[in-house]
Amino acid sequence: MIRTPILTIRNLTAVFPNDNGGLHALDAITFDVRPREFVCVLGPSGSGKTTLLRILAGLIKPTSGSFTFGHGEQPSIGMVFQGSNLMPWRTVIENIKLPLEIRSVPEQTAIAQAHEMIELVGLQGFEDALPHDLSGGMAQRVAIARALIHDPDLLLLDEPFASLDAMTRERMWTELSRIWQMRQKTVIMVTHSINESLFLADRVLVLTQRPGRIKMDMEVDIPRPRKDDIRYTLHFGKLARQLRGAIM
Amino acid sequence: MTKRLISILLSVVAFLIGWHIFTRYGDIPEFILPSPFSVWNRFLQAVGDGSLPYHTGITLLEIVLGLLAGVLFATVVGYILAKSRTLERLLSPYIVASQAIPVVAIAPLLVIWFKDGILSKVTICALIVFFPVLVNTIVGVRAVPIALYDLMNSLHATRAQILWKVEVPASLPIFLGGLRIGATLSVIGAIVGELVSAEQGLGFLLQLGDFQYDTAMVFVAVFTLIALALMLYGIVTLLEKRFLKWQN
Repeated sequence: MIRTPILTIRNLTAVFPNDNGGLHALDAITFDVRPREFVCVLGPSGSGKTTLLRILAGLIKPTSGSFTFGHGEQPSIGMVFQGSNLMPWRTVIENIKLPLEIRSVPEQTAIAQAHEMIELVGLQGFEDALPHDLSGGMAQRVAIARALIHDPDLLLLDEPFASLDAMTRERMWTELSRIWQMRQKTVIMVTHSINESLFLADRVLVLTQRPGRIKMDMEVDIPRPRKDDIRYTLHFGKLARQLRGAIM
Repeated sequence: MTKRLISILLSVVAFLIGWHIFTRYGDIPEFILPSPFSVWNRFLQAVGDGSLPYHTGITLLEIVLGLLAGVLFATVVGYILAKSRTLERLLSPYIVASQAIPVVAIAPLLVIWFKDGILSKVTICALIVFFPVLVNTIVGVRAVPIALYDLMNSLHATRAQILWKVEVPASLPIFLGGLRIGATLSVIGAIVGELVSAEQGLGFLLQLGDFQYDTAMVFVAVFTLIALALMLYGIVTLLEKRFLKWQN
């Protein structure tokens, strides 16, 4: 399957100034992402995974190198953060419609679309709940809904399930996988969980320790939809072992 | 709620009875400590001849104007200082020094500069309100989670949207804490100004009562001041209830 890439990343390098010559976070990262591809970036902590995501989100500028999206336009971004990063003073529906407010979408339309998103992530009945009344899993669903409502070009996920307990985290994998198949977004997700990346991704990139370089680029040829029990197949175990070997 | 009201009422009644017994059987002259009844009568008289409403109105006007000016100025300066470490370093010595001087000490100066009309009292009031509101604005704005800025920036929000959708609501709890202190202090500011020099206002009434050995009048003025301070405090509490519902 050959598709023209929608995102091309060339020689991205990030050096943060500090007292001893600068902290070299990323080193010459180059890869392509195809439309609607789910890419996981896997790496040990301190490998610059989050830096890569922040550059793509336009939050920081790379020291050198570049990335281009589609026809050269600045891509619109939906981002899910490590914590749910919801506004505690806004209800669920108000949090979800934030990106539309920022784009000055008329209130009526925004509310209607927010209701659709609430249905998509299965939070009916919690429209008017406040974030501190939600469980971690529910809060992260709200964050996913918020990241998708404006139909972004690129969905960026920064270890979105790291703070959830193991059971909830695995349930969220299935959920995210389902949502992704319905919405068909191009996704880049940063994680340090091998299982998570194999369960969700079409492709896994393994980064080295700082400065982050791409050490392995693996296609995940596990058929979709992926059920919970694929994690106990031999093939899954083989891929997991390869990734583990690359991280070590 | 009613239980609380009843206990407050009971404690006030007990205080008044104690006061009455003390003046009645303690053989204390009226000009030292008038009985609650003569204070009440003096109050009715002062309301009847219009002097109390008039002077209360003047003081209230000074307080409201001073509070508005002080809060407005402190909020703007506080926001700028919160955003610029350099400016804060440059200006904080002056701000701290200005707080080391008791307002009472510079009140005569302000009366000389601004004449003994209402403007000098408004200025003193604004000065005394300034500091607590300033400090809480700085702390409040600095306490806005960085992740929320990331969220807004990833959505290409404008500066104004970041201000109104994130910084204002996120810093409001701490800001209102400062306003609560400022509101109570504003009463002190107005009275200090009036005590230095004034032909009108509750401070003037207080002094008049003092000069004429009309101690009951002094008490009437003091209780009116307490009522004003409680009212302002109550208004801030209402604002907190209205705007900070999300904190439970």
